[in-house]
Amino acid sequence: MPANLLDEPEIGEESKKQYLWTLNFGPQHPATHTTLRLVLDLDGERIVRATPYIGYLHSGFEKLGEHLNFNQYVTIVDRKNYISPPMNEVAWHNAVEKLLGIELTRRCQYIRVIIGELSRISDHLLCAGAAALDLGAFTAFLFAFNQRELIYDVYEEMSGYRFHPGYTRVGGVMQDFNDRVIERVRAVLRSLPKAIADMEKLLFRNRIFLDRMRGVGVLSKADAINFSCTGPLARASGVTYDLRKDEPYLAYRDFDFSVPYATEGDCYARFQIRMEEIVQSMGIVKQAIENLPGGPVNVPIAEKFPMPDKGTIYNSMEGLIQHFELIMPNRGYETPKEEIYAAIEGPSGELGYYLVTDGTQIAWRTRTRPPSFIHFQVFPMMIKDHLISDIVAVLGSLNIIAAELDR
Amino acid sequence: MTQAATDPHAATFSTLAGLLGEGVFSTSTFKDNVRLHVSPGRLIEVLTVLKQRCGFEFLSELGGVDYLEYPGRTRSRFEVHYVLLNLDTTERLIVKVGVDDPNPTLPSAYPLWRGADWMEREIFDMYGIEFTGHPDLRRILMPEEFTAFPLRKDYPLRGRGERHNFPKLSRGES
Repeated sequence: MPANLLDEPEIGEESKKQYLWTLNFGPQHPATHTTLRLVLDLDGERIVRATPYIGYLHSGFEKLGEHLNFNQYVTIVDRKNYISPPMNEVAWHNAVEKLLGIELTRRCQYIRVIIGELSRISDHLLCAGAAALDLGAFTAFLFAFNQRELIYDVYEEMSGYRFHPGYTRVGGVMQDFNDRVIERVRAVLRSLPKAIADMEKLLFRNRIFLDRMRGVGVLSKADAINFSCTGPLARASGVTYDLRKDEPYLAYRDFDFSVPYATEGDCYARFQIRMEEIVQSMGIVKQAIENLPGGPVNVPIAEKFPMPDKGTIYNSMEGLIQHFELIMPNRGYETPKEEIYAAIEGPSGELGYYLVTDGTQIAWRTRTRPPSFIHFQVFPMMIKDHLISDIVAVLGSLNIIAAELDR
Repeated sequence: MTQAATDPHAATFSTLAGLLGEGVFSTSTFKDNVRLHVSPGRLIEVLTVLKQRCGFEFLSELGGVDYLEYPGRTRSRFEVHYVLLNLDTTERLIVKVGVDDPNPTLPSAYPLWRGADWMEREIFDMYGIEFTGHPDLRRILMPEEFTAFPLRKDYPLRGRGERHNFPKLSRGES
């Protein structure tokens, strides 16, 4: 590969400028999938410098978090990584419950593991499918999207909403899993292996796909650590950290699963990691749904935190009082004047919240640690000296969700 | 928290105190979060020792908080937190540093972690805290013409009408 023109000290700035040409990529481009913009300095077709400009989807989610209470903010966190909304909800209420010191019931922990892992599967399916789509393999994308439809059916049955379920609550969930939800989860587990096998058949021996993924966008282990990368991106570069194993939360200690990792650090390694994680997540969901503990799903209403279900509200005095206390703005429970950082393993990496409370039910500060934001800053380094056509391969393997990137 | 989990932190604290002297930092704990409060002047020294001597080689998160009119608050207005992670022992440590109006300024952690790049730019964008030594401190999420710092507590939720007053470029002028 020829030397990068910008690194040559004997060539003057002015002649560099004359030689290079600038291409504006985005903000609307089919391969960015959402709204992000790159300004590329090109030497022929080779990228000598890429400068991302972000913020097109900035909607002030963190500011909104300072004006909504813990249960209301669920609807907003859903819209951050909208490819896997339940995982955001689990992350948000994980932070709130850690701060308030609420110990969830076993059933609720299992249910949150199930919805979290289903959303991880859904996220990885879209990412792997879209990566293939951008490189011209349309059929694999359709197989992946078909399965996401079944996962949306689970969301719809459990909460009534397909896209943004808003399912978790402080101290529990909106409503318990019923038999129909469990049947839908089983339906996902039944049809997923065939879809994975189809995708693997279509892609793992697809010459065009392999040539465009292998050795492209390499991230070394040292760089992955230096750039704060987590999740599949870091695991494809040999950083084996996974919060589910290393800092277990919810009920992850109960399940038998492994953390796949690779050392190549290229786009293909990241794709393989995602495909393998789908299989591992399926295993977790299977174990959780078969051993789903009985008993109540929410913490007892005597603890003052959970929103009682409608049956309790209309049929018992305690439920009615509890509902009133939580809904009226001048009532409710007291929170400590404290702050906490709590993170979970999201589909694209460590998804954390830095939560500050001032004694009321409305957070003082809801800082999100957005994996997309942190991963996108690696992009200019990864794409340097590659060709324009490699942008779609690298972007597809990073799984940048612009709503989470800009918040 | 169990005894085994607190011990590594004790070792970290004694390493820090040994290298930098007593009184550089104070600590506080809430649940499993261990926090280290330092002054802006000693921040980079503390972070360097933590990274190079104590194994906290991973900057997991960097963010800011505005404590304007926070109930019972007597310390500085802004605080920036650095969540560090030790990938081998899975310990986490939160370094907190306070800065005050006017002209809040902190040294940049960019030389230690490239990952601090955009996170510091975001804090600059949202709170107006300047990071000296950052190579490219520009607004990141808000447009360049924007003059206010939207996550400050004295900035209203609905904005100050900036949305309606953006400079417009007509087709004739372009």
